[in-house]
Amino acid sequence: MVENVKELLRAHEGLKREVYLDIENSSPVPKEIVDAMLPYYSELAYGNPTLTHKPGWEAFETIMESSQKIASFLGCKAAEEVNFTPGETEANNLAIMGIAHSLKEKARKIVVSEVEPINVLHVVELLQKDGFTATKIPVDSEGFLNLEKLSETVDHDTAIVSLSMVNHEIGTIQPIKEAVETVLDKNEEAVFHTDASDAYGKIPFALKDLGVDLATVSSYKILGPRGIGCLYVKEGIDLERILEGQIGTQRLWPGVENTPLIVGFTKASELAFQNFQENVAEMRKLRDKLVEGILSAISDVEVNGPKGMLRAPDNANLSFLKCEGESLTIELSLSGVYVSSGSACSRRLLQPSHVLVAIGKKFDQAHGSILMKVSRVHTEEDINYALGVIPKAVERIRGITGSTGGE
Amino acid sequence: MLSRAPLPYNPKILELFKNPKNLGKMDDASVSAVAGNPMCGDMITFYLKITEDDTVEKASFESYGCAANIATSSIVTEMIKGMKLEDAWRISYKSVAEAVGGLPSVKFHCGILAVGALKRALRKYCETKGKCLDWLEKEPSFEEKQALEEEQLAKMLEKRMKLAEGR
Repeated sequence: MVENVKELLRAHEGLKREVYLDIENSSPVPKEIVDAMLPYYSELAYGNPTLTHKPGWEAFETIMESSQKIASFLGCKAAEEVNFTPGETEANNLAIMGIAHSLKEKARKIVVSEVEPINVLHVVELLQKDGFTATKIPVDSEGFLNLEKLSETVDHDTAIVSLSMVNHEIGTIQPIKEAVETVLDKNEEAVFHTDASDAYGKIPFALKDLGVDLATVSSYKILGPRGIGCLYVKEGIDLERILEGQIGTQRLWPGVENTPLIVGFTKASELAFQNFQENVAEMRKLRDKLVEGILSAISDVEVNGPKGMLRAPDNANLSFLKCEGESLTIELSLSGVYVSSGSACSRRLLQPSHVLVAIGKKFDQAHGSILMKVSRVHTEEDINYALGVIPKAVERIRGITGSTGGE
Repeated sequence: MLSRAPLPYNPKILELFKNPKNLGKMDDASVSAVAGNPMCGDMITFYLKITEDDTVEKASFESYGCAANIATSSIVTEMIKGMKLEDAWRISYKSVAEAVGGLPSVKFHCGILAVGALKRALRKYCETKGKCLDWLEKEPSFEEKQALEEEQLAKMLEKRMKLAEGR
């Protein structure tokens, strides 16, 4: 197997340029951020922050200052509301499972939407086996939540409502404030969680104004290192831990704190927020150039998700009809453009993205879907390069499809 | 549950993906057949040119599918060239998987679908011409059955998801 991968990698030799647009699934960490992290591995703050020695106190200081900074970017009231976790998956698991467990005697209903990430949907499936009931709120053809349905669904048995602030696949910016008000109208006790991983650093918000109780943020989606993220827990919200062990500075996540990753996450946040307006405007400009360039060069391409200002500035999701997604990702990779396809192969069938199915896309539209995200470090040249590569790649894969694959 | 498996395609598959052999519609085909559908994410059309003495003179394919789908389809067209129909019928998905140097386990169905399309084409040809009655099995082969199941499964899933959506 490893030999195969070595050959695949050799097939990429001699690339003129590489443009990584798969920020949904992982991201490169800019050198500036790595440089900020490096001293924390072997020179500084390498101790356990709960112990009584200099490296421990250094770690304590570093983690507390990081919490304060991230709390200010999130618009929290206090640094104590920021709980570091190993990432978005863990924070979403902690939020939903933690609330379900702490409220299980009082309320046993979980409300999510059809377009939540699978680290939410799969946790809900697990809790359903444990006797919780769950309702998935539908969305419209652009991915916007049906607030009427939300209002009908939330009742006094509702323990937690979990709705993403920005959809991770199609960039829909949800009316979260309205959703919070809708929920509160029906049940003031219900806990409101939002996965803000695709909103943080992309759209302006302040958690204290939105009125959410819990919010997830991921580091790598703003070009920080993988393996770190956080869960905002509003003061006074009680949730149970889902792992047990040595508790240190992070009361909701046991184990030794990963100070270098926390530093990287914080540095990435600083870089995302220090020129927030410019960063976002630049992302939007590059994303629009990418999408418009593709639409003008290639026929039979559909935009998935909303257009305009209600779409996250970094997100592009396009369906290339009569062009199978996985093949297209390989073809693009061989030219140095890295993207992902919405469908994933299972044993029998290609599973279409549940988000695209929820907005009413047919399976064949979903199978040709490609997700791309631009970041603040992409350049005009990157987009020009991608625009030079993508039409040729689509043309070649469509040539293999020929007359098969839907008339 | 949705999950992703690593797909370390081998060099043979990569080569057939980059430079597929016998690609494209055949205008003078004696028979053509399809397996899979766009909903499956896998769909193959085979075109066969068959001589009077029941030999595959040439074969070509079109594929709406992944790299494994393209590679297995392409290799099947190579394998059956010059073969008697009876010998072509004996090809199994296992020999196809072997011929492309092995398939990742989640991609085995691609090899099965390719052989399913081939067997459908052979059956169609034989039945239309009233030939090959001495060896053609009446019961659908494993690969034909699997192709049919995959097609039905995809249709059923899409219908079920539509229903869920209208809820």
